[in-house]
Amino acid sequence: MSGRTEQVGRPVWKERPAPLYQTIKAIVLGGFALAIIVPIMVVVSTSLASDQDIIEAGGYVLWPSHPTFKAYDTLFSGGLMGRAIGVSVFVTVIGTALALATTIALAYATSRPVLFGRPVLLLVLFTLLFAPGIIPMFLIVKQLGLIDSLWSLILPGALGAFNFVVMRTFFMNVPQEILESARIDGASDFMILRRIVMPLSKAVIAVVGLFYAVGFWNAFFNALLYINDTAKWPVQVILRTYVLQGKSLSADQLGVEPLPQPQSLQMAVVVVALVPIAMVYPFLQRHFNKGVITGAVKG
Amino acid sequence: METLEATRDTAAKTVAQGNGRTPKKKSSLPIGVRLRRDWQMLVLMVPGVVFLLAFFYVPVLGNVVAFQDFQPYLGIMHSEWNGVQNFINLYGNPDFWDALRNTLVLAVVQLALFFPVPLAMALIVDSLVSNRIRRAFQTIAYLPHFLSWVLVIALFQQSLGGAGFVNNLLRQAGFDPIPFMTNPDTFPLLVVGQLIWKDAGWAMIIFLAALSAVDVSLYEAAAADGAGRWRRLWHITLPSLRTVIVLLLILRIGDILSVGFEQFILQRDSVGPGAAEVLDTFTYYAGVVGGDWSSGAAAGLAKGVLGALLLWGANSIAHRLGEPGIFQKRGGES
Repeated sequence: MSGRTEQVGRPVWKERPAPLYQTIKAIVLGGFALAIIVPIMVVVSTSLASDQDIIEAGGYVLWPSHPTFKAYDTLFSGGLMGRAIGVSVFVTVIGTALALATTIALAYATSRPVLFGRPVLLLVLFTLLFAPGIIPMFLIVKQLGLIDSLWSLILPGALGAFNFVVMRTFFMNVPQEILESARIDGASDFMILRRIVMPLSKAVIAVVGLFYAVGFWNAFFNALLYINDTAKWPVQVILRTYVLQGKSLSADQLGVEPLPQPQSLQMAVVVVALVPIAMVYPFLQRHFNKGVITGAVKG
Repeated sequence: METLEATRDTAAKTVAQGNGRTPKKKSSLPIGVRLRRDWQMLVLMVPGVVFLLAFFYVPVLGNVVAFQDFQPYLGIMHSEWNGVQNFINLYGNPDFWDALRNTLVLAVVQLALFFPVPLAMALIVDSLVSNRIRRAFQTIAYLPHFLSWVLVIALFQQSLGGAGFVNNLLRQAGFDPIPFMTNPDTFPLLVVGQLIWKDAGWAMIIFLAALSAVDVSLYEAAAADGAGRWRRLWHITLPSLRTVIVLLLILRIGDILSVGFEQFILQRDSVGPGAAEVLDTFTYYAGVVGGDWSSGAAAGLAKGVLGALLLWGANSIAHRLGEPGIFQKRGGES
């Protein structure tokens, strides 16, 4: 960033800040950014480090001098972690698809003045003010026979009130004239949704879809509540059990021998939980500022 | 579990907007005609409504187990009713009071230490002239919001834990390690630190949006009248943000009893229930783990009702002060 761009961007009435303020700003923002980046970097580096690197550095490495994928090989060679990744991917994919379908349908149906549109809208918005509570949720999931079924991780998350509101706001801003003319041409509501509203709303569908995906991938407490069978644990529960609680990933659980340095193995579990988020994040990020959020805020 | 202020705020605003935006009522049409006209829309509503009934409204009704001596093998239909006995038991249960006290202490600490951070950060970021730096910072600051709590606490443990790299560095430099993660006395600070790390950047988004909506000509006019940096901040920026700040504060108060469930359940083992037991974890351990379903449900219900009352109370105070709050009384456009 050259001095020239700064000159162009600065409004005439805005004075150049004093060096003191500039230093404070740099320290605050730079410090915050470093506090976020450094732990993530250390974890990724340690997961890639060789045993020798880790021993030399006394546990953690900032930069692996002999990078190796040994820890990942061990993790992915089957057993508990392999299954957990499968579970998480399944829940995330199916859950996101289902949640998107439900949300789009309900948001479109309540975005226009139709019969029962208003009461249904209030039905959704009320859920923002009150939560049913842990015990009743557990009892209903149990009653539906979903304990130890992956559907217990999917169905309760099939509609998020916030995502619904974002979607509905977007649908309401689709120009009415287009919808009216399609209607005059004889298009049904289903067809209008599929051929006109959804293609116009690709951006918001992408963002809401990614919000759902992140939610399903990150879900931990539902799995703790509803899943007792270790073979059906998602990645987050593995992360808690083997990294936070420090239970050891023994050879037979992983189905392989010999084990690399456990430190790098633990860090590899962390990275596995992190990577999908890091991968979708750039796509999410593109839409944040001017897209959904600001649009919804300014209304 | 997403109860970030930003999300609730947008939701609330849209409600207000929706109110002002349904002017043309076609209620003159007979219901049969409307049914025939709208049947496809009604079909589209079905999955969502089924979901709401199954996973929100039925569970809300399921709270009746708080008034029962609930036995899982008898079910809700056949369990004995015992009135408010469960609540009386809670009243006499010191663990419940510990959980309540911890919840309130943590809520106050969070309100005092977390709430101003996103606002301050938004003001700094907004004052940046370089778009490149601003965008780079935003990219980094938003990221942790999308990490799960398990991951965040794992990262904290690896960084600040007894064997974490900060303490490693301390040991190598010849200092004593500091028990950041396991000291019950400093636990509230740790929790707020984690919250700031994870969500302060994201919570900033809403202030930035509000700031970008401020009319620049106000600043120009003020500057022309000789107002310096701080005067402009005090007389233009902060008043423009007032509505948003009040709104977020109200939502925060409504949410005050949900201090961050996953965060506590994950750290309860290492810090001990004395410091980390909150109402939600009490509900979980008493009900699901301990099998005392009715006590758990009673604590959960008490929490839900109190939270809703706090929200309503905060909102009516805001109304008295002439702020729009979350839900408008009637019609008023703001």
